Amino acid sequence: MRVKRIEQIRDLKQQAGGEINIELLQPLLEKYKGKKGSLIPVLQGTQDIYGYIPEQAFLEISKKLGYKLSSLYGVVTFYAQFRLSPVGKHIIKVCHGTACHVQNAKKITEILQDILKVSDGETTEDKLFTLESVACLGCCSLAPVMMIGDETYGKLTEKSTKKIIREIKNSEKQKK
Amino acid sequence: MSKIKAIVGLGSCGIAAGAGKVYDKLNELIKTEKYKVSADKTSCIGMCYKEPLVEIIDNDKSYLYGGVTESVLEEILEKHTKEHKPVEKYVVHSEYTETEEDVFWEGQVKIALRHCGIINPEVIEEYEAKGGYNALKKIAERKISYDEVIEEILDSGLRGRGGGGFPTGLKWKFARQSESDEKYIICNADEGDPGAFMDRSLLEGDPHAVIEGMIIAAYAIGANSGVIYCRAEYPLAIVRLNIALKQARKKGYLGKNIMGIDGFNLDIYIKEGAGAFVCGEETALIASVEGERGMPRKRPPFPAASGLWKKPTNINNVETLANIPWIIDKGAEEYAKYGTEKSKGTKVFALTGKINRGGLVEVPMGMTIHDIVFKLGGGIQGGKKFKAVQLGGPSGGCIPASLDDTIVDYDSVNATGAIMGSGGMVVMDETTCMVDMARFFLDFTQKESCGKCTFCRVGTKRMLEILTRITEGEGKEGDIEKLEELSVQIKEGSLCGLGQTAPNPVLTTIKYFRHEYEAHIKEKRCPAKNCAKLLTYEIIPDMCTGCTVCAVNCPVDAIDGERKEIHFIRQDDCINCGMCFSKCNFNAIKVY
Repeated sequence: MRVKRIEQIRDLKQQAGGEINIELLQPLLEKYKGKKGSLIPVLQGTQDIYGYIPEQAFLEISKKLGYKLSSLYGVVTFYAQFRLSPVGKHIIKVCHGTACHVQNAKKITEILQDILKVSDGETTEDKLFTLESVACLGCCSLAPVMMIGDETYGKLTEKSTKKIIREIKNSEKQKK
Repeated sequence: MSKIKAIVGLGSCGIAAGAGKVYDKLNELIKTEKYKVSADKTSCIGMCYKEPLVEIIDNDKSYLYGGVTESVLEEILEKHTKEHKPVEKYVVHSEYTETEEDVFWEGQVKIALRHCGIINPEVIEEYEAKGGYNALKKIAERKISYDEVIEEILDSGLRGRGGGGFPTGLKWKFARQSESDEKYIICNADEGDPGAFMDRSLLEGDPHAVIEGMIIAAYAIGANSGVIYCRAEYPLAIVRLNIALKQARKKGYLGKNIMGIDGFNLDIYIKEGAGAFVCGEETALIASVEGERGMPRKRPPFPAASGLWKKPTNINNVETLANIPWIIDKGAEEYAKYGTEKSKGTKVFALTGKINRGGLVEVPMGMTIHDIVFKLGGGIQGGKKFKAVQLGGPSGGCIPASLDDTIVDYDSVNATGAIMGSGGMVVMDETTCMVDMARFFLDFTQKESCGKCTFCRVGTKRMLEILTRITEGEGKEGDIEKLEELSVQIKEGSLCGLGQTAPNPVLTTIKYFRHEYEAHIKEKRCPAKNCAKLLTYEIIPDMCTGCTVCAVNCPVDAIDGERKEIHFIRQDDCINCGMCFSKCNFNAIKVY
């Protein structure tokens, strides 16, 4: 995944111009100002606000907290949690831990790739879903497992996986 | 009037299995006054394969129910409120009735997991009622010196449960000997091994035990600040830890002059990890807490001399810390009664994979792998043949079925080439390909390598390429030898545990399953029928009904045949995707 994220920042540059409200970031920066070792919580908080870490946020954090842009980028690209591009409304995390691997998690990812028409790490065109593979979610006895938002779904089969996606799509349609 | 209490197991895994809905339903039923019962929650009791679990306490008799859906819940409550009798078919554990599941509990000794699934982890009084914080009180009341605490832990024989197996007391001694006005105690809750979830379960089920363990450790080494480094993937654990820390501060277990011990000040805060396996390594973890890239640092200096912010630091794993209060409370001698000569006490294992009863078990050191898999675990799913267990995650190795009389203690497991690790035990059957398994772990470590050491960064990549080639039928003579050679170099040329152990899964599978590697390379065949590119699909004429399902579903139109006539697969065009095999309703497709 690490190499992939470098490509993501290139994508980001291309999409520049997306408006974000930088004011949302101020309380967070205020809270951590002058505290040592607070870079990771700041970045986590930023991602909580925007869903990813936008370029403007990089500049703002660097300006207010005095971190070098290069060290910010270094940290962001090191940890799997941080994203450099916007994500879909629902993030699907398919577990590829050992137990899930043994129970054929690969198949679940393939099914999702097939029905959502995206590859791993990508977001669907309607910006509804982002598909990700993750290491262990810690629900090994329910393998294979995926997590959508905060909800965990276990003992997945081809049928149940398709049903779960269909249900989310339907409820989204109703909301419209 | 009798009281009935329903306790729902709300660990992450329980919630994933639907326990949250059962809990909501229970509260709804109570609100509408359909049943006169009280509701409570607890965490994972370890019987993950029977989730969602609900315990009913009826006239002080406890019954644990498994597989409780919303309708089953009503059925159970109906019976208990009307007749005060259990619905036996759903009971999975109780003193008052025998069940098929009793064997899951036989031989288990719960020390680290002593409160998991029993108390409500969000209520400090429940922990105290079970003897919680007694160890800390004992230290304060009897004025036990820090040297005596360290001595006690040394005597207990407790070794680090995170994987290394370093004697905990010794680690504390080193940290105590370093002189500094500031020292840190860190709880390593960055449980990254895929297939291990005991730390999550402990943090969710008994956060106070871990906190008490940290307070005692801080007292022993003289630390005045504590950090719990927890994976961000464990949101529930973080929530419950925060609740527990708040309660502990309020009750004076954390703060200034704790328990009246003059000058013993401590506060603990949580640092969320951001998703990097290497941060389980001590020096990488420290770098991450400091807000940097989590890359390991050169040792020496060891953290005990110069760790977080260059101050003496002691890092212990969650399970290790959860054992501490028990040892101080009950005594080292009591703890050392369990286990083998060099590995004392108990170990928690996360039993997963192709096993009937997957879950968390805590057994005394010295139990055989066979007993864990077949007695507690109930054997292999679908009656298939047991092939191996994988111990220790990406740093560990596979122990074959032929060595299943190996006992679980640090030295016996190390002798097989695997490691105890944090205690993930993934069971594999005849359908698991060992070459693919090695490839899987290499894929993991290769992605998680921080990139600092060339051998780890490049070496794992080369090994992965070779393994991928073998599983795709492109293996060459000499590949096995090349893998062995690279393994040695990576082990020797890496700074931290990640690189030093990364080749273990490959080495152990070569050691015990060399024939599988050879079958892949020489015969272009996968004995476990797992590696797609090495399989051949063929239609069995006698079984084919000509239903056309396979032909319709074949993505490359490689299947010929008219309706109601026998179909054929054109092998030249077949891409071995297995679609026909999974779609055929008549078992008419043969794989070899």
